[in-house]
Amino acid sequence: MENLLNIFVKSIFIDNMIFAYFLGMCSYLAVSKRVSTALGLGAAVIFVLGITVPINWLLENYVLKAGALDWMGPQFKNVDLSFLSFIMFIAVVAAIVQLVEMVVEKFTPSLYNSLGIFLPLIAVNCSILGGALFMQSRGYESIGEASVFGVGSGIGWFLAIVAIAAIREKMRYSKVPAPLRGLGITFILTGLMGLAFLSFAGIKL
Amino acid sequence: MAEVAVQQEKEAIFSKKRVKLLTDPLNDNNPVTVQVLGICSALAITVQVKPALFMFAGVFFVVVLGNIVVSMLRNVIPNRVRIIAQLVIVAGLVSIVDMILKAYAYDVSKQLSVFVGLIITNCIVMGRLEAFAMANKPWPSALDGIGNSLGYGLLLIIVAIVRELFGSGKLLGFTIIPPSFYEHGYVNNGMMMMPPMALVLVGIIIWVQRSRNTKLIEAED
Repeated sequence: MENLLNIFVKSIFIDNMIFAYFLGMCSYLAVSKRVSTALGLGAAVIFVLGITVPINWLLENYVLKAGALDWMGPQFKNVDLSFLSFIMFIAVVAAIVQLVEMVVEKFTPSLYNSLGIFLPLIAVNCSILGGALFMQSRGYESIGEASVFGVGSGIGWFLAIVAIAAIREKMRYSKVPAPLRGLGITFILTGLMGLAFLSFAGIKL
Repeated sequence: MAEVAVQQEKEAIFSKKRVKLLTDPLNDNNPVTVQVLGICSALAITVQVKPALFMFAGVFFVVVLGNIVVSMLRNVIPNRVRIIAQLVIVAGLVSIVDMILKAYAYDVSKQLSVFVGLIITNCIVMGRLEAFAMANKPWPSALDGIGNSLGYGLLLIIVAIVRELFGSGKLLGFTIIPPSFYEHGYVNNGMMMMPPMALVLVGIIIWVQRSRNTKLIEAED
């Protein structure tokens, strides 16, 4: 339990997807002009990361890893499919995003309308594939750890995009030098926020 | 195919329009600072110049070949499944890059860790496939790929040089700042090694670029 809590806090603050690894920067910069849209995209990222990381964990541990196919019979013991992991992970992500989109549209049309355009965009959001790849390289032990890591990273991303959107909304009232307007100042702001987030390093529960 | 060949002859291989495909992404239409693509991986691996160079080589390979392959298949891929088709092509190419790196440059491959895999979702790759290769012939697409990956590499290497030089006083592992500087009290700037400084540096590069190239300045909203 403590372990899970530790992974959760760590993935939100210390290993924050945006500030520590710059994952999902493209949509982070493009969709952070308004807080309301940032909330929508952030929620969609939490949702998709929380689903795809555990599914990719199952795939990694029961299909791809060396010796993972053992459950099919002893003759598969030496099969190592890990060279397929990129293709499998991205296929899972793309398929899940499509599926989530269909399910959400069917059962909660109001949520679908608010997330609508963002859901398909998420398939090519680096943070989703990044979540799967970090899960693989850090070797989480159980599906519980993987799910907690997925949700935690999603929340970290959500916090980052909502915070920058709020700052950008306020910034409309300030005088930014013309060449820095828009993209430039957003980069510098993100850098400063990242420095602030560095102070979380070393927290251990 | 004969028709294609005839059309190709009409336009010189390096006509003005095509050279523009190559040079535009270096400044006016830089993929990172103007199109805002591919920032995810651009920043994480710029602490030192060496991994940045390898990353550039990997992206170059994937963008150019991906552009060529998708452009050749553009009339075959059904519109509805084009994203997945593109992703599979790109994932295949990235797997090749990953295996080559693991075989010939294992230490760099360890340093780049997940960021090799993340070339798949590097927005430069998908963005150029969507915006250019799906609508153009293989040769212009190849030029577009070369131009855009050069523009990406240019920025990557500038950021990496600044960070490695001021962060550790070295370039490509060779000590550049002479020891006499340190004796007189010069200290390496440890901030440069931290991830957020990459963002600030890119911000400053954008600032410099836009104050020289005023047509890139964004309108007030």
